Amino acid sequence: MNGWLHRILMLPPQASSLARHLDYLHYAVILTTMAGAAGVGTLVLYYTVRYRAGTGRGGERGPDPRPLRTTGGKSVFVELGAFGGLFALFVVFWIIGFTQYVRVAEPPPDALTIYVVAKQWMWEFAYPDGSGSNGTLYVPAGRPIQLVMTSRDVIHSFYVPAFRNKRDVIPGRSTTLWFEADQPGRHRIECAEYCGTGHSTMRGEVIVLSAEDYARRLADRQPVRIAGPAPGNPPVVGEESPSPLLSLAAVGRSVAADAGCLRCHTVDGTPHIGPTWAGLYSATIPLQSGARVVADVEYLTKSMMDPAADLHLGFPNVMPSYQGLLTAPQIGAIVEYIRSLRDVSRHAGGQPLPAAVSPAAPIVTPLPGDPPSARPADDLLRRAPTGVPLYPPPSEPSSESSP
Amino acid sequence: MTAIEPGPAEARELVRAADIQFQDLDKQAQAVRFGIWVFLASELLLFAGLFALYTAYRTEYPAGFAEAIRHAELAIGTINTSLLIVSSFTAASALRAIRSGARRAALGWLGATLVLGIVFLALKGVEYSRHAAEGALPGVYYAFRELPGHGAQLFFTLYYFMTGLHVLHLAAAVLVLAWLTSRVSRRKTTAAYHADLEAGVLYWHLVDCIWIFLYPLFYLLT
Amino acid sequence: MTSYLDDNRGIMSWLATRDHKRIAIMFLIATAGALLLGGVFALVLRIELLVPGKLFLSAMDYNRMFTHHGVVMVFLFMVPVIPTVFGNFFLPIMLGAPDLAFPRLNLASFYVYVTGAIIVIAAMWFGGLDTGWTFYAPYSTTSPTAVATGTFGVFVVGVSSILTGVNFIATVHTMRARDMGWTKLPLFVWSIYATAIIQVIATPVLGLSLLLVAVDHAWALGIFDPAMGGDPVLFQHLFWFYSHPAVYIMILPAMGVVSEVVCTFSHNPPASYRAIAISSLGIAFVGFLTWGHHMFVAGMSTFDVGAFGFLSMFTAIFSAIKVFTWTSTLRHGAVRVTTPMLYFFGFMFLFVFGGMTGVALATSSLDIHWHDTYFVVAHFHFIMVGGTLTMYLAALHYWFPKMFGRMYPRRWSIVAATAVVLGFIFTFTPQFLLGNAGMPRRYWSYPPEYQWLHILSTAGASILAMGLALNLAYLVWAVFRGPRAERNPWGSRSYEWLAPTPPPPHNFDEPLVIRRGPYDYHLPE
Repeated sequence: MNGWLHRILMLPPQASSLARHLDYLHYAVILTTMAGAAGVGTLVLYYTVRYRAGTGRGGERGPDPRPLRTTGGKSVFVELGAFGGLFALFVVFWIIGFTQYVRVAEPPPDALTIYVVAKQWMWEFAYPDGSGSNGTLYVPAGRPIQLVMTSRDVIHSFYVPAFRNKRDVIPGRSTTLWFEADQPGRHRIECAEYCGTGHSTMRGEVIVLSAEDYARRLADRQPVRIAGPAPGNPPVVGEESPSPLLSLAAVGRSVAADAGCLRCHTVDGTPHIGPTWAGLYSATIPLQSGARVVADVEYLTKSMMDPAADLHLGFPNVMPSYQGLLTAPQIGAIVEYIRSLRDVSRHAGGQPLPAAVSPAAPIVTPLPGDPPSARPADDLLRRAPTGVPLYPPPSEPSSESSP
Repeated sequence: MTAIEPGPAEARELVRAADIQFQDLDKQAQAVRFGIWVFLASELLLFAGLFALYTAYRTEYPAGFAEAIRHAELAIGTINTSLLIVSSFTAASALRAIRSGARRAALGWLGATLVLGIVFLALKGVEYSRHAAEGALPGVYYAFRELPGHGAQLFFTLYYFMTGLHVLHLAAAVLVLAWLTSRVSRRKTTAAYHADLEAGVLYWHLVDCIWIFLYPLFYLLT
Repeated sequence: MTSYLDDNRGIMSWLATRDHKRIAIMFLIATAGALLLGGVFALVLRIELLVPGKLFLSAMDYNRMFTHHGVVMVFLFMVPVIPTVFGNFFLPIMLGAPDLAFPRLNLASFYVYVTGAIIVIAAMWFGGLDTGWTFYAPYSTTSPTAVATGTFGVFVVGVSSILTGVNFIATVHTMRARDMGWTKLPLFVWSIYATAIIQVIATPVLGLSLLLVAVDHAWALGIFDPAMGGDPVLFQHLFWFYSHPAVYIMILPAMGVVSEVVCTFSHNPPASYRAIAISSLGIAFVGFLTWGHHMFVAGMSTFDVGAFGFLSMFTAIFSAIKVFTWTSTLRHGAVRVTTPMLYFFGFMFLFVFGGMTGVALATSSLDIHWHDTYFVVAHFHFIMVGGTLTMYLAALHYWFPKMFGRMYPRRWSIVAATAVVLGFIFTFTPQFLLGNAGMPRRYWSYPPEYQWLHILSTAGASILAMGLALNLAYLVWAVFRGPRAERNPWGSRSYEWLAPTPPPPHNFDEPLVIRRGPYDYHLPE
């Protein structure tokens, strides 16, 4: 039944853990649709033949001999029953569909996070291990993957038909989409939201690798390539040059230092002008408005773009907006850096630095008076492209999310 | 029963006075009154969309909006509000005067209303030029040093758009009322038939009412 | 008494007329021009899609072409057509009134429409539009094309729509003939009335959102630009708050035509007058609460998705009530198969199928896959073309004798109706499959495995085009050369058939006397 209907309805392969469940509902709804249309069509034709006018065409029709039709008590109940039944059917569709929607929308907590940046007309992916790719997304099979997506220009929509999943990618905010690919294979990525001249060519590919192949690919160390022009020296290593792998968190730290974030935010739990980043990620923090919020990707992104909107209780409203000053991949990198600090204790200063950031390079909160060479980020930027590995990836346990 | 009573001379007289599609002037006045209310509802929804936009952005940038309101020209805004409230009173008085047949009084009240509306527009122009001198311009032209940040920028964009649309409405209302004034002076609008003036005055009240909502949004709610 | 067609001669007697019937005829010509233009754009699109890559249009030209097709068809044809042509012509006659309440306003709304249409078409000619008819920000506010002019033109057309709506509402409330209570109105009047309410309430919001886009595009105000703190999704909320009810502006008048046609040709009162009238108002009301179902994948909260999905199901129920009422109207009737009835059969199948795919799309988990694919394209064409266009043609054939006093050639009309309905099914059924297979809409180039479905679709479109061209040819012929029609050729009981054919300038020689309801087939005519 599945295979047969699947072929007739021309559905793409069922390549994600949820695709099959969605397709079952699809069959039920589409078959009901066809039955409904066929049923009404047949009934109309039947009545037309059964009650056809006896005379030929023309207008000489006198008064109708039949009495005025009235609605009897019985047929009211029949009608109410019919519409009640129909509505119940629709509600059943709605309940099943909404339950499934919730499953599609909520990523499992252990999902591997990959950052996606859409631009006219290309997909760019940044992996937590620091590597990056354009147009092609590599994921391991059998493991939930969460994409954190944003756009650099207009609205796009990330769509993989074989996963039955799609989500708009919107400039100025981040959206998420998750999936779990069943087995190794290649599937088309399409942009589903009209985005200009190259819309129909904004296609890509998901390559699902087996767990071993994925590990091997990690070992091959694809170079970092984070898209987007960054102001000044981009914390980006060219794709062509053989270069050390920087974890996204490390890139994030250099960006944070460059952009001046670390002047106010400490990373070891010491109180300072702004809330410390130590242990901030996924912590529940109180807001000035009295509400409480979980400091997740969206909250952190929003706080960079518009700091005053949801101000942390007890801190002054002094942070400028970084909207337009940071590119989307830089924001992703900073978020990943904050995430790597999640296990640092929040309130005790002088705690050991998190494993994600190499102990070889202690974070110095750069102050305006510091000589440039004392700033680790500059150091990092100057040295990274020359091929001196600052943070050798094999020794890097990265964040908790890599395989 | 028939829809249109033909025949008697006096009935024909009435039909001649009303537009051809109406049985009599009462019916015509009723249709005009009904039509203008439907139109006003439609106009309200035009601004309702903008109020929704304002609410959405204010929720997103509460601090920026509050700061920007503190920089509003409160004095001009308050004077303008009182001008419009008084103008609604004079407009309503004009209508009352024409009902009782006092044509000259009606003309006086209408003239006062027009003057109040024009003074409002002039003051609004002064206000805009003051904001422009500070650099508080909409969108990419926003260059107000004292209030950087997206909240204030969006506030001023909305300020110009919403008050600008209101200014356009008020200018249209001034033109309509000027035309109606000329009709009163030419004795086209009289005690017997003044549905057109009624519609015009209702429109004036609407423009006034919208300002009553704009005033707190852009001058008071810090 | 002379008919409205012969009452005065000369071009100025038409251009400056205040007669609602002449204004309706002018609207008929203008909207038919829009249909022709939009249809040519559609054919160009279908031909380009015959091959996966470029046939004769560049990607940029293709994007312009589908935008032009959408803008012309939605704003210049679908939204205004049935109210301004048939509503304008028959609303006063059905109410027994000599004209609409505000004839000068009616003429003004024609010229406002024409002005808006000229601005829109000028924007297309000089610079083009490439944003899609939905004008999503921030693409629309940064597009290099003539977006400011185009959206301003659509705004002007919207003003015309509001003026027409105000006029119709005031007319229904104040111009009914004596003794014509609300339950004695023909069902077409109910549907036009419900439509006018939506026009008056929703159009200003559309006008506003398009005005914001126009101003934003012209002066870079950044109201929806995240770089200046704006929110692009807010535009979608504003836009769909109008544009979803606009779907009902397009389909409700068509439903009114169905009610008239099915009662006349089954020689039977509607199975339930009240059900049809109330469900019209129900659709008009619920239509304002469902706009979010266009945004299931746009980052709305999960709660909103659930709520909008649930509310959308109510629209389906109201539509189902109508469908079953029409079906059982045939029961125990004396059904005659005429050209309008052929369109009615097509409508019933297409509308039920298209409507049920709407239920499918409102099922939120399935919408994730279908959103912005050809499935959605096929779904709304089933409703708009399968529903509104077929009923526009049915109305044209049903009221043609009354409007022009002449009959059309019956055989040709049967051929054309068959071609339109079958051609339509051939065009859009493959597009459902394309959407299932995952082909996004607005794609200029596509993976080659989809090609055979596109070829089928284009073949269907050419049949549909031939059907429409045939319609145009014989109807134009019949206006001038067709045989004279009787006053009431279909034996209908509705009031408009009581007027002379074609009606005189003020519709009735004698004032209309209401002795019976519009569907009292048990009484003599």
